[in-house]
Amino acid sequence: MTVVCDFDLLRPETGVAALLPDGTQVAVFLTADGTLHALDNIDPFSGAAVLSRGIVGDRGGVPVVVSPVYKQAFELATGKCLDEPSVSVAVHPVRVRDGVVELP
Amino acid sequence: MTQTLVVIGNGMVGHRLVEILRDSSWRIVVFGEEARPAYDRVALSSYVDTWNAADLELTPLTGCELRLGEKAVSVDRERRVVTGASGIEVQYDALVLATGSVPFVPPVPGRDLPGCHVYRTIDDLDAIRATVQAADRPGRHSGMVLGGGLLGLEAANALRGMGVSPHVVELAPRLMPIQVDEGGAGLLKRLVEKLDLTVHTGTSASSIERDGSRLIAKLANGVELDLDVVVFSAGIRPRTDLDLGLELGPRGGYLVDAACRTADPRVFAIGECASVEGVAYGLVAPGYAMAEVVADQLSGGTKVFPGADLSTKLKLLGVDVASFGDAHATTEGALEVVVNNAVAGTYSKLVVSDDAKTLLGGVLVGDASAYPSLRPLVGKEVPAALLQPGGAVDVEMPADAQVCSCHAVTKQTITDAIQSGVACDVAELKACTKAGTGCGSCVPMLKKLLTDCGVEQSKALCEHFTYSRAELFEIIRATRITTFTALVEKHGTGRGCDICKPAVASILASLNNGHILSETQVSLQDTNDRFLANLQRNGTYSVVPRIPGGEITPEKLIVIGEVARDFGLYTKITGGQRIDLFGATVDQLPQIWRRLVDAGFESGHAYGKALRTVKSCVGTTWCRYGVQDSVGLAIELELRYRGLRSPHKLKSAVSGCARECAEARGKDFGVIATENGWNLYVGGNGGFTPRHADLLVSDVDTETLIKVIDRFLMFYIRTADRLQRTSAWLEGLDGGLDHLREVVVDDKLGICDELEAAMAAHVEDYADEWKGVLEDPEKLARFTSFVNAPGTPDPTISFRAERGQRVPVQLGIPEVVR
Ligand SMILES: Cc1cc2nc3c(=O)[nH]c(=O)nc-3n(C[C@H](O)[C@H](O)[C@H](O)COP(=O)(O)OP(=O)(O)OC[C@H]3O[C@@H](n4cnc5c(N)ncnc54)[C@H](O)[C@@H]3O)c2cc1C
Ligand code: SF4
Ligand code: FES
Repeated sequence: MTVVCDFDLLRPETGVAALLPDGTQVAVFLTADGTLHALDNIDPFSGAAVLSRGIVGDRGGVPVVVSPVYKQAFELATGKCLDEPSVSVAVHPVRVRDGVVELP
Repeated sequence: MTQTLVVIGNGMVGHRLVEILRDSSWRIVVFGEEARPAYDRVALSSYVDTWNAADLELTPLTGCELRLGEKAVSVDRERRVVTGASGIEVQYDALVLATGSVPFVPPVPGRDLPGCHVYRTIDDLDAIRATVQAADRPGRHSGMVLGGGLLGLEAANALRGMGVSPHVVELAPRLMPIQVDEGGAGLLKRLVEKLDLTVHTGTSASSIERDGSRLIAKLANGVELDLDVVVFSAGIRPRTDLDLGLELGPRGGYLVDAACRTADPRVFAIGECASVEGVAYGLVAPGYAMAEVVADQLSGGTKVFPGADLSTKLKLLGVDVASFGDAHATTEGALEVVVNNAVAGTYSKLVVSDDAKTLLGGVLVGDASAYPSLRPLVGKEVPAALLQPGGAVDVEMPADAQVCSCHAVTKQTITDAIQSGVACDVAELKACTKAGTGCGSCVPMLKKLLTDCGVEQSKALCEHFTYSRAELFEIIRATRITTFTALVEKHGTGRGCDICKPAVASILASLNNGHILSETQVSLQDTNDRFLANLQRNGTYSVVPRIPGGEITPEKLIVIGEVARDFGLYTKITGGQRIDLFGATVDQLPQIWRRLVDAGFESGHAYGKALRTVKSCVGTTWCRYGVQDSVGLAIELELRYRGLRSPHKLKSAVSGCARECAEARGKDFGVIATENGWNLYVGGNGGFTPRHADLLVSDVDTETLIKVIDRFLMFYIRTADRLQRTSAWLEGLDGGLDHLREVVVDDKLGICDELEAAMAAHVEDYADEWKGVLEDPEKLARFTSFVNAPGTPDPTISFRAERGQRVPVQLGIPEVVR
């Protein structure tokens, strides 16, 4: 289990990055309706660990984050890339306990 | 056997003929007296903007023998041989004369003195410029243009561009006597006199004398003018000095029939040197039509000259003049409908047939926006609405009406291209029909036809807003909405995306809504703005401190060097005269900026859609040629507009003299020093589609200059599309440069006060964004790679050395989880 941060630190429609003990980087997003999502932080198109810094929004109502490097959109709930259906990023479970965001 | 066609004259029309016949079976030999490749004479006056002849060149000719600088001196029709000045002889099977015109110089005593010129070729303009440069009058030079017709006014305007105050002398009682009637000319005179032209009508020069380095012209009405340069522009005569023993037309020109053939069946004449069934034409479109006819004849066709449209539209620094059809109501029984609005400075006259049913022609002065829709209606039934006071000009055109007279393209051809899906925008229409590629005056009509055919391109910003950026700007400005959430709830749908969020963030910033990383704005910013630095390929950022005008002290240079060394940053000098520091991680950015801010640096906004730099040359301070303090102005401009958010990045430059070392004409707004002040150019661009900036105002003082730039920038910020540079914006602006000038110079929309106030508010509210971050712990806290491990660097980032600096190790693209 990894502690990310206090829930209050998150801002709606933005992401933060967390480092797991094994070196994996996870991007954690809070959407406007209060839902949390966690995806791999590494953008598969550039190899840079930057997905947490993408703009959060929706495509046709589907919540997405858009990579800041080459602008592909990834579905927050599934990690699927909407611009390149064969590509996706891993989804991580994420929860809030006692006001703290955790990656179990 | 291959037959030989000889073309005499490599002007616009000769060039067109060869272009059409390029792929035919004819062997083509061209004699061209001018030593340069064919160029766009219609655009001759624009040569004074750049003095670069290459800008005017027509498409290079291939597949023919071009003998440039070789005047044809004689033709032996018996032997069918043309002899060139060098003695070369070429035998022809067909001969086309395309020798153009010669300027008519009235027999004024003194007309051959040095300093007296004509206005026809690039060489003529070079000679005029040499005269002006050699003149040693302090302050503005003085010139006289003899002839107040279309060309005379163009010449006068070109002289203004060279720093000369022109006197225009016209024998007729009014300007542009051929095209414009008395009422229109009165208004025209008032409008051009505002532009530093002095008009003398109803008189002529009776003598020109040299007095030391000056020329003294005496006018028939007793006025004496003290001048540096004289330009004759009193009309043209078809050029027939090459004597073939052929009959000439009643007003000169080789006499030809409707097939453009002379009495000798092998000899044709086209363009301005031809007198088609007795009529000579002084415009390029009829010449092109003749070239089409002869090309068709030479290919075995039977086309004949269809007659020509002598409409003209002239643009002189915002003064629109258009005349079309029977402008002087010479048709028997013709009726005139005149609207003369002295307050608005507009005049319009429509000429209709005696039964008020057919449109015959008209004159428009001050506002020629109706020209493109009226011209094609000449000879057609006149819509009744037009004859009502203030009648709308939005009228249905018949299918066979000519929309583009330069290339004889009808409405039918254009709507066919649109409806068949071949063309979906103006650019594609230009490519497939050629319409709009001549004088350009039909472009508004092309746009209208696109709209009429229902191809209106959606202006919607993205799936969340049906509005264009400009409309959103007005909504936000009017409603004073300050958050994206409120905006999308009220005026959009969904939650927003990477297109609308940064666009709205930029609008909010343009309207001075505080720090761009404030609580409500931070989630809208794309990564560059969110970290106030430029994201690079490996996830690190680059840092660019502002160096106004490119001027920097050794102490500050040392600070930059030390910061770069201490943080291991790769350094490179940018094209905008500053220094880029690469390879900073998110965690390092505040530490780097703490050092830079302490040393007096500010954000350079290299990451933002905002003012980047104002580049400068050293100007009068050091340069031997400088005429103004270009560095001082560049710094003033950069400090004034720093932090200004706009639809796209903004670049600028200031050059200290016409040599243009700062490359100002490649910028969104560029300033070039003149003897008397500054010339302002706008809409320039480098990059993917380079474009030279257009001259907006000339010879203005610094205060006026800044006022006009304020207005220009704010007008752009309000009305441009998202990510539309000023160059594309200006190209797409209805009415183009003239309209822009009307808005930001003449204040036709009455919004200049507002635009200036908006800029004043920006200047007032400016604060350094990086300083704002360093002072606010909450904003600072966002600059961490990992929320759960602040200070731990991102393990995917690593560097190697190259030429003594650190560069990123290319990231292996990770296995993609499928
Ligand atoms: C400043 C200016 C503005 C203009 N604006 C407009 C406008 O807005 N709209 C419009 O329709 N028209 C305009 N015109 C007119 C337009 O340029 C001419 O109609 C057009 O150039 C005519 O083409 P042409 O080929 O007949 O003649 P030209 O372009 O003059 O070409 C004739 C060529 O033949 C060469 N030549 C002559 N004799 C010989 C010889 N013996 N041997 C070899 N070569 C020879 C000449 O040197 C010249 O290069 C303008 C003209 C000028 C000067
Ligand atoms: S533009 Fe003129 S003033 Fe500036 S450096 Fe060049 S020559 Fe000198
Ligand atoms: S009318 Fe001149 S380009 Fe169409």
